[in-house]
Amino acid sequence: MTTSVSPPPVGDLAPEPSALRRLARSAERLRLPRQPLVRNLIFFVLGGAFFYVVTVSVSAYNDFQIGEIALYAVVLAGLSLLTGLNGQFSLGQGAFMIIGAYALALLQTHAPMNLALELVIATLVAAAAGVVVGLPAARLSPPYLAGVTLLLALGLPQLADQYGSVFGGEQGLTTTTPTAPGSISAEQWLAWIQIFCAMVVVLLLANLVRSRFGRNFRAVRDDEVAASVSGIHVARTKVLAFAISAGCAGLGGALLALSTGVVNVGEFPLSLSIALLAAMVLGGAGSLIGIWWGAVALVYMPTWSTSLSKHLSLGTSAAAYLSDAIFGAVLIVVILVAPTGVQGGVRWVLRRLWVAAVGQQNLRQATDGGERGEERT
Amino acid sequence: MKIRSSRPVRYRSVAAVGAATAVLAAFTGVGGPASSAGAAGTTGVTSDSITIGATVPLTGPAAPGYSEIAPAMNAVFNWVNARGGVYGRKIHYIYLDDKYNPATTAKQTRKLVLTDHIFADVGSLGTPTDLAIQKYLHSEKVPHLFIESGCNCWSTPKYPETLGWQPPYTTTGKILGTYIKANFKDQKVGELYQDTEFGMDVMKGINLELPASQVVSKQTYVVTTLSGAMTTQMAALKAAGAQVVVMATIPAATALAILPAVKLGFHPQYVVDNVGADAPTVGPLLATFTTAATKTKLLAAAAKGLMNGVVTNAYLPPESTATNPWIKAESALLQKYTPTLWAKHGLDGNTEYGVVLAYTFVQALKAAGKDLTRTTLMNAINTKAKSFGAPGLVPLNYSKDVHYGFMGSQVVKLTASAGTYTTPSGTWPVAKAVSPVYVTTTGSGKVTVYKGTEPPVPSEVAKLTAAR
Amino acid sequence: MGFFVDVVLSGVTNGMVFAAIALSLVLISRATGVVNFAQGAMAMFTTFVAYSLLVQGIGYWPTFFVAIAIGFVFGGVVERTLMRPLHGRSPLNPVIVTIGLLVVLEGAAGSIWGNTSRKFPAAFSQSGLVIGTTRVAFSPFDVFIVVAVLVLVAGIVALFRWTDLGLRMRAAAFSPEVARLLGVRVGRLFTLGWALACAAGSLAGLLIAPLTSFSPYYMDLYLIYGFVAAVLGGLVSPIGALLGGLTTGLAISFAGGYIGPDVEPMAALALLLIVLMARPQGLLGGSAARRV
Repeated sequence: MTTSVSPPPVGDLAPEPSALRRLARSAERLRLPRQPLVRNLIFFVLGGAFFYVVTVSVSAYNDFQIGEIALYAVVLAGLSLLTGLNGQFSLGQGAFMIIGAYALALLQTHAPMNLALELVIATLVAAAAGVVVGLPAARLSPPYLAGVTLLLALGLPQLADQYGSVFGGEQGLTTTTPTAPGSISAEQWLAWIQIFCAMVVVLLLANLVRSRFGRNFRAVRDDEVAASVSGIHVARTKVLAFAISAGCAGLGGALLALSTGVVNVGEFPLSLSIALLAAMVLGGAGSLIGIWWGAVALVYMPTWSTSLSKHLSLGTSAAAYLSDAIFGAVLIVVILVAPTGVQGGVRWVLRRLWVAAVGQQNLRQATDGGERGEERT
Repeated sequence: MKIRSSRPVRYRSVAAVGAATAVLAAFTGVGGPASSAGAAGTTGVTSDSITIGATVPLTGPAAPGYSEIAPAMNAVFNWVNARGGVYGRKIHYIYLDDKYNPATTAKQTRKLVLTDHIFADVGSLGTPTDLAIQKYLHSEKVPHLFIESGCNCWSTPKYPETLGWQPPYTTTGKILGTYIKANFKDQKVGELYQDTEFGMDVMKGINLELPASQVVSKQTYVVTTLSGAMTTQMAALKAAGAQVVVMATIPAATALAILPAVKLGFHPQYVVDNVGADAPTVGPLLATFTTAATKTKLLAAAAKGLMNGVVTNAYLPPESTATNPWIKAESALLQKYTPTLWAKHGLDGNTEYGVVLAYTFVQALKAAGKDLTRTTLMNAINTKAKSFGAPGLVPLNYSKDVHYGFMGSQVVKLTASAGTYTTPSGTWPVAKAVSPVYVTTTGSGKVTVYKGTEPPVPSEVAKLTAAR
Repeated sequence: MGFFVDVVLSGVTNGMVFAAIALSLVLISRATGVVNFAQGAMAMFTTFVAYSLLVQGIGYWPTFFVAIAIGFVFGGVVERTLMRPLHGRSPLNPVIVTIGLLVVLEGAAGSIWGNTSRKFPAAFSQSGLVIGTTRVAFSPFDVFIVVAVLVLVAGIVALFRWTDLGLRMRAAAFSPEVARLLGVRVGRLFTLGWALACAAGSLAGLLIAPLTSFSPYYMDLYLIYGFVAAVLGGLVSPIGALLGGLTTGLAISFAGGYIGPDVEPMAALALLLIVLMARPQGLLGGSAARRV
């Protein structure tokens, strides 16, 4: 049962299709398979190719920044799942990032092994912590959960300082990235590692979102009682979402540890957890494409707003403060203008273009049976 | 059950990937591949310029006070550039905000190295922040000079181009401990310190000198959750009967300790590490006000009272010594080359620090000679530092094995009866010397007296004072 | 014994200021369901304005009331311009906008007034009162804090319970559609709710400023503990905010005094978890059960 290809234009009164229309029509005919896994794998390969092309053609510093975007995308993917899809309002991703970061650093200091294995272990440790926090958290409604996760983000880093002998105190623990093969720059190599992790995470979560688990997450978000009555184990679902998001945050934290080369508490202030939430909503809550916009914002907005305020030629300190103000202002304006985030705004623009290209009638047909209710990536 | 058409999804996703490419390409600016290092360590050096960089907290909770240092350094470079630079090369100083977050420091430093191609990293601030970039700068062979932190960790053979500058915290602790041992024998001592390397290293020094039985209470505070007055800590020190309270605190914390002590009627002898004892910085935080029913004027006069009697250490000539020719020259320089900074802060602990640090670097450049490479610079510092003539109370200690600058201090006491001095933030008691100048090591080496004198003022520096 | 008394008194003072912030958060949360993360920053901004006035030589008490009035207006303006357009959509959006506002205000304050830390004057002496032969950790200014917050709480309770306006506000918060049908100007009451909350926040800002080093970031940690206090109290009632504040303040004071300052946030977390495990809706929160 499928919706049909768009019908031919009405009679002979149809105008000669414009170039844009012809392009749109051929785009229609691109039939990608409908199974989520295969479709997502294709995007995985396309995305990987895209990143490869970009990273080899830009400078080392830009590679570093792209790697940063990837690692924040990992964290935001988990947060998008937890808050966007499952409705659990978490302000504590920084705490799980720090767990993953220290797990990696401790492994590298005491039991070094293959980096991939170290990253997997760090992710699992953070996910386990997510289960521990998620169990009591499942009973709490959004504002209370926010309070608990806020305190966690504030207080957990303190514990690392407390047990300085294990965690290295203020000096922290150093991390090492495996040497880049051949003449590839260290930044590029690291960026590839980070991008690969991000693509894998997005692939896995994209499949998860379309699966039974994804539907459970949404059902629990929309109405816990109804979900429970339909046979979904609410607490287990919520804890799973928490664990997955904690694992993502832990992986992101481990990747950040590789970027920086040192793990210490100062890298995970409370403002990071808050910025992550803001970036996720900015990009588009619940959207696995939106997280990339959010990650770009996190990495590039401070730089853009600093250069913008420098153009106003103030003293350096005043300029630095003004760049903060601009950052906040952009956040406010974007949400007011595009309440579904940047991805929502992009979708709106694309839809307008689609309408302009193929006409209102075809749009209605094409989306018939489409987006009722569910969120799209 | 209707299966959704996947066409809108495809179109959107493909278009999104395409748009993302365009956006990323536009903003990352398709540049060249990984930058190649300059020939034999002359990156950042041309025939008429030297580019250096640093990461400092310009905004964020760690910024107050510390954000003055980099502009003060820039004033020195402006002075040097106005006179033609060093061997015809003008110094271009790029300092970026890292908000005291080591992850941001790592990122900004990569920008400095990879995009701005700095010759050296000079005057970056903070212990965790500089630790985050130590390995990277070493692997890129960028000298990591004059770190603004007294951590005991900067002098290590593993990173020979990483240099400290200010006295390591433990040396200060040992010197203050020596003073307490000599002048407050048999008195109960309480400790209050920051729960980081800074606090712990200072107290390590204190505890190397003071017998354990003399210390009756040890209190700490956490700088990230420091919000209000440290009432419980001071109450604990009071309950333990401490007569001397030795503190390793940042300026805000010093004030947040003294204020509740006053509230509790607790007036011990304060011995405060130099980091948190600068009167123009701490004083305004202690001001009390009279609240007349109609007009209210903010009075710093009472602050003179609360800072009065505080014992601290100095390794540079105290800014309160108005007759000191170096102090006069530094004031003149700031007034001429950063009038806004001068108007706001004058010559206080932070601006003096910045001026002297920058001067040290300029002297190092001169000593390296016309053929300036990273190697010649490091050699100059390691062999000729004692002759730089930087205005400290003790000489600079740099050598192939030792990567600390100043390693000694003199103990001073803020004494209003010996005079006062004025800065834009108020009027403060002068710092009177109450001990000889000491030098020591960061380990268990003895504290010995240093008998040298301050270096003389060179003629080009004296010209600043004359021109005022 | 003296130390114990000081710990308790210090906890009470902090607890009262947490309660004031909690109260502002509760007022907004109850009226519009939004957690105003910018509350601390808004209070900081109005207090900086007050500081500028004081430096000009304007008297303390006129400045005090002017600052609270500015907070009132500020709250109303924010609701009308920033929050109103987001009404009815995802509950996340208003929260993110308040986060953006927080960042804007801290950046603006840093730009305008610079980042040197200062001391803000206290309305009364900050020297401890003498009880018997010792000075305790409670000054005339602390007495003022306690009294001011109690008056504030009493005022809000009185407003809600005994005035017509209060009744309409409660109706608008409980069921906006039905209230509209009954002729209640719901929009205006939301604006009023925000205005009142920010006025309360400004008061908190003025009370807190003399206790700490006065910089653009001085309210950050107080907002967090105030939020914890609000959540602890159940996010619904002014008395809950008061109770939540006192509990949080005392818990932190005891943890800091008897264990160490580094466990303070974890102590608050433990307290929160314990209370929420026993009563998931907070100390005085309403019933959480839903009828199906």
